[in-house]
Amino acid sequence: MKILVFVENNNGKATKAGLEAVSYAKSLATDVTALMIGSVDGDGGVGECGATSLKVQAGDCDSKAIANIIAQEARDGAYSIIVASQDNLGKEVMPRVAVMNQCSLISGVTALAKTEGGVVVQRNVFSGKALAEVSSSSTATILTVLPNSFGVKKVGGTANVSTLNIPSADSKVKLIEVKGNHAEAGIPLPEADLVVSAGRGMKGPENWGPVEELASILGAATACSRPVSDIGWRPHHEHVGQTGIAIRPNLYIAIGISGAIQHLAGVNGSKVIVVINKDPEAPFFKAADYGIVGDAFEVLPKLIDAAKTFKATK
Amino acid sequence: MKILVCVSKVPDTTAKIAFSNPTTYDESGVTFIINPYDEWYALVRALEIKESIGGTVVVASVGGADYEPIIRKALAIGADEGVRIDAPENDSFSVATEIATYAKAQSFDLILCGKETIQYNGGVVPGFIAEMLDLPYVAGASKLEVNGTAVKLEREIATGIEVFESTLPMVVSAAKGMAEQRIPNMRGIMAARTKPLATVPSCGASANTSVLQFNMPPAKSGCKMIAPEDAASLIQLLHEEAKVI
Ligand SMILES: Cc1cc2nc3c(=O)[nH]c(=O)nc-3n(C[C@H](O)[C@H](O)[C@H](O)COP(=O)(O)OP(=O)(O)OC[C@H]3O[C@@H](n4cnc5c(N)ncnc54)[C@H](O)[C@@H]3O)c2cc1C
Ligand SMILES: Nc1ncnc2c1ncn2[C@@H]1O[C@H](COP(=O)(O)O)[C@@H](O)[C@H]1O
Repeated sequence: MKILVFVENNNGKATKAGLEAVSYAKSLATDVTALMIGSVDGDGGVGECGATSLKVQAGDCDSKAIANIIAQEARDGAYSIIVASQDNLGKEVMPRVAVMNQCSLISGVTALAKTEGGVVVQRNVFSGKALAEVSSSSTATILTVLPNSFGVKKVGGTANVSTLNIPSADSKVKLIEVKGNHAEAGIPLPEADLVVSAGRGMKGPENWGPVEELASILGAATACSRPVSDIGWRPHHEHVGQTGIAIRPNLYIAIGISGAIQHLAGVNGSKVIVVINKDPEAPFFKAADYGIVGDAFEVLPKLIDAAKTFKATK
Repeated sequence: MKILVCVSKVPDTTAKIAFSNPTTYDESGVTFIINPYDEWYALVRALEIKESIGGTVVVASVGGADYEPIIRKALAIGADEGVRIDAPENDSFSVATEIATYAKAQSFDLILCGKETIQYNGGVVPGFIAEMLDLPYVAGASKLEVNGTAVKLEREIATGIEVFESTLPMVVSAAKGMAEQRIPNMRGIMAARTKPLATVPSCGASANTSVLQFNMPPAKSGCKMIAPEDAASLIQLLHEEAKVI
């Protein structure tokens, strides 16, 4: 079985989500070809995650032009599965490829696909409150992998790099600027392995110091509940949940957040959840792995001290 | 300016999720709402654009007669016309095919969708529509400005904000930030009763994926409680037991 993986290029290197897609493909088959657009340093890092070859198409393309390139490369059933990440670019590109090549698309998959006698794969539905097993009825199938649900697995190796020369369509959507105003905020939330999050229980924006301090000691990103970003205590890009962003870190620490179902919908994919809340009846405890019933203003200093000591001994 | 807003029907965000058999969502006692991304962001932004430069806002849904209250609500918020494409919601591909087939004959300047439904979380219907109609598409936009046929969009990403330019006609899927929720007022609700709501026959689109089975996620094994005075021990547990730091 041959698999093609579309990998997003970030300044010559594969993105973390792209490497995750490569690792996913490698767990399904040995023959994994990666495809990247633009200029790539060496093999962009895809070989280390198991891609045997990398095809690079130079140039600057919008999602339509990229879809065109992938569809050409994968035409006539050259690959039985195409994998990409379910991020913004994946959402723009892969439905187009599916229409161009008449293959089916299963988006946001969270587990390895069964590939014998047709593709069957699990995906999240109802914002993570349930799972669905979905099957595809076409000969080639596109799978987009939900970021952080599979992880990057390094197996060692280098990919054979070759260039593609597919005449590409005109780009009608032009990226004209990236305003990097979240960069100073430290670790980007959607990619973070560790997240420290706080809610209305913190009482006001002036009390976020300890939350940020704990996050910075642990090397975690910060997040918040929706009311907190709505009232402007915290920036909008920190809002997690059903209507904000969905995250799946290894560790999610929730401080002074009640655990409303809409909040849980964005964080219930986290591997380990810690809840700190002064109300023992807070619904969040039902979704937690570790819980502390206590006042955040007393508990946080203890955690900060312990985390400092822990980091110092490492 | 002729704007199409695609609205889908989803269980209320607090609804209990249960299945009456392996492939059927148990709807008993569940209230349905317009998918928040479609209502709060896509529809309201469409109305704002219409209010500033004029035009018509059409809302369209693919689904059965149970969709009518949803479409009426969108009319009460301010859409001018409703369209129900009378086809089952078999999968994202068939839904998109139905919408694209309807839209092809109508020449909309702008097609707005939500970023994803909170029910299926597919996030792919707008991309399918864009390709079927051969239109430019930006997914998950947080800002949308129209000036003549020029369009300026912004999208929040992990490290900042991407700014895009494109031209009409195009497809955009809306994320948080694009607009603020509007609550329909009494006048809107009254007016909605007499606004046109047409039923369009299905084009007979077929699906190419199917749900074999729904499952509930594995339950948490229980929460380990730590006394507040021992808070410090949490760090050790996270390292030694949970192995996450
Ligand atoms: C359609 C819809 C979509 C929504 N989408 C989202 C979403 O995406 N994300 C989201 O987060 N919410 C969302 N919500 C809102 C959600 O329902 C809750 O209202 C919200 O999550 C509550 O935020 P909170 O937990 O910070 O505040 P609260 O519910 O006010 O909870 C504060 C918590 O802090 C605790 N507390 C107070 N003081 C202390 C202290 N000193 N120490 C420790 N604990 C303390 C309290 O016991 C309480 O549990 C949505 C709602 C709707 C209707
Ligand atoms: N049955 C439907 N009728 C109309 N629009 C829909 C329907 N299903 C999905 N959409 C639109 O497509 C978007 C993405 O849906 P999905 O790909 O299913 O997550 C939604 O936010 C809606 O704008």
